[in-house]
Amino acid sequence: MSETARYLLIVFGVLAVMMSIAAGLIWVERRLLGFWQDRYGPNRVGPFGILQPLADMIKVLTKEDWVPPFADRPVFILAPAIIVITVLLAFAVVPFAPGISVADLNVGLLYFLALSSLGVYSVALGGWASDNKYALIGALRASAQMISYEVFMGLSLMGVAMLAGSFNLREIVEAQRRLWFVAPQFLGFVVFFIAGVAETHRLPFDLPEAESELVAGFHSEYSGMKFGLFFVGEYLGITLISALIATLFFGGWLGPLLPPVVWFFIKTFFFIGLFILLRATLPRPRYDQLIRFGWKVMLPLALLNLLVTGGIILAAG
Amino acid sequence: MFSILRAIWTVFLHLFRRKVTVLYPEEKPRIPPRWRGRIILSRDPDGGERCVACYLCAVACPVGCIALQAAEDEYGRRYPEFFRINFSRCIFCGFCEEACPTCAIQLTTDFEMSEYYRHNLVYEKEDLLISGPGKHPGYNFYKVAGLAIKGKDKGENENESPPVDVKGLLP
Repeated sequence: MSETARYLLIVFGVLAVMMSIAAGLIWVERRLLGFWQDRYGPNRVGPFGILQPLADMIKVLTKEDWVPPFADRPVFILAPAIIVITVLLAFAVVPFAPGISVADLNVGLLYFLALSSLGVYSVALGGWASDNKYALIGALRASAQMISYEVFMGLSLMGVAMLAGSFNLREIVEAQRRLWFVAPQFLGFVVFFIAGVAETHRLPFDLPEAESELVAGFHSEYSGMKFGLFFVGEYLGITLISALIATLFFGGWLGPLLPPVVWFFIKTFFFIGLFILLRATLPRPRYDQLIRFGWKVMLPLALLNLLVTGGIILAAG
Repeated sequence: MFSILRAIWTVFLHLFRRKVTVLYPEEKPRIPPRWRGRIILSRDPDGGERCVACYLCAVACPVGCIALQAAEDEYGRRYPEFFRINFSRCIFCGFCEEACPTCAIQLTTDFEMSEYYRHNLVYEKEDLLISGPGKHPGYNFYKVAGLAIKGKDKGENENESPPVDVKGLLP
């Protein structure tokens, strides 16, 4: 097999797998939420309801795709695409197994941080272009939340980068052969996880959507597949953050017996489940509490983690 | 902090709880006998219609979903010429059952009345009439009422004394 064909296979394979995971998560999330609320969740379409995403997809694709006359049309149409594109691009650097990653960038970690920051444009522009006060409030909240959580999200990863001595995700995984980074970088892991929840604006940090206050937040005016794209983007975001937690702190594809890809997906799905468990458990904090928690607790913790890690590395020589 | 972790763990343990959902079409719920479901018209033990077309149910109905037309047979026995209940309007309050002097109209435990077309929810007399006496077995209005109909004059009923001669002078 020629090199080009192999790369094409990996690119389209990653695309297909990620899109089907994002679609499947609709079912996984609703089913798990059901279980955690003593219900069954969707269990009618197909065996165990596994064809529910298909039914949802048919429904969302046949819905009226309406652009409000007062909306800023080009931006309104562009916004949902941005989040999907940025998250899918970020998957380019994720090493699924040795040799299976779209791009082996030596600035992979920075590339991921850059693209996940670009994702906020989707929410901000979508809320702005809707010309709706609730959407605008949602977009503003999203921007403020992303800015405050972006800061220590990057800082929390610096410990990992220092320990591995590289920004390359493959080398970071290789550096965990002896010990997963979750042990020396537990604080970093916690901070990154919380920042990841805020980054994908999932509950309990879904202030930009906040159904009980803002109708549906930034996507109040969206319908049909444009709304669907926001959702696909959100699920892709969860998958991306979970994949990165697995890669950066839990040894990525490393593991005994099973093939590397299987280990990678086991770890990823564990964190996806954790995301959903958080959603099932925690209520939404008030907006000012969220921002205060970010700046006054998480940022100092991330800095402390950075300082201690740096000191230890220096002392160890 | 600890309470948050404990809450997460508690929610996780709910995965192994018994589900409260009743998987309805496969698993039927228990319906209590006094359930107010589909309305029927019952017959007396002799097989005659109980309804005497007094219109009390139609008057009592808060949404006005009952329509009927009274008629009389050759013996003076009243009966509904037609009896129509629009179940798309019915709120299943049971007032018609309470108002009925002859126990003819009754609410049953059947609630599975879905239809694809709204007009299929309009039930006519032949849809409403059942073959039995429903919740009140053995009750026959005309056997206890002081009303003269075919084969029975006033005062000939069970536990009934002959009518007082109101024009007589005796006490």
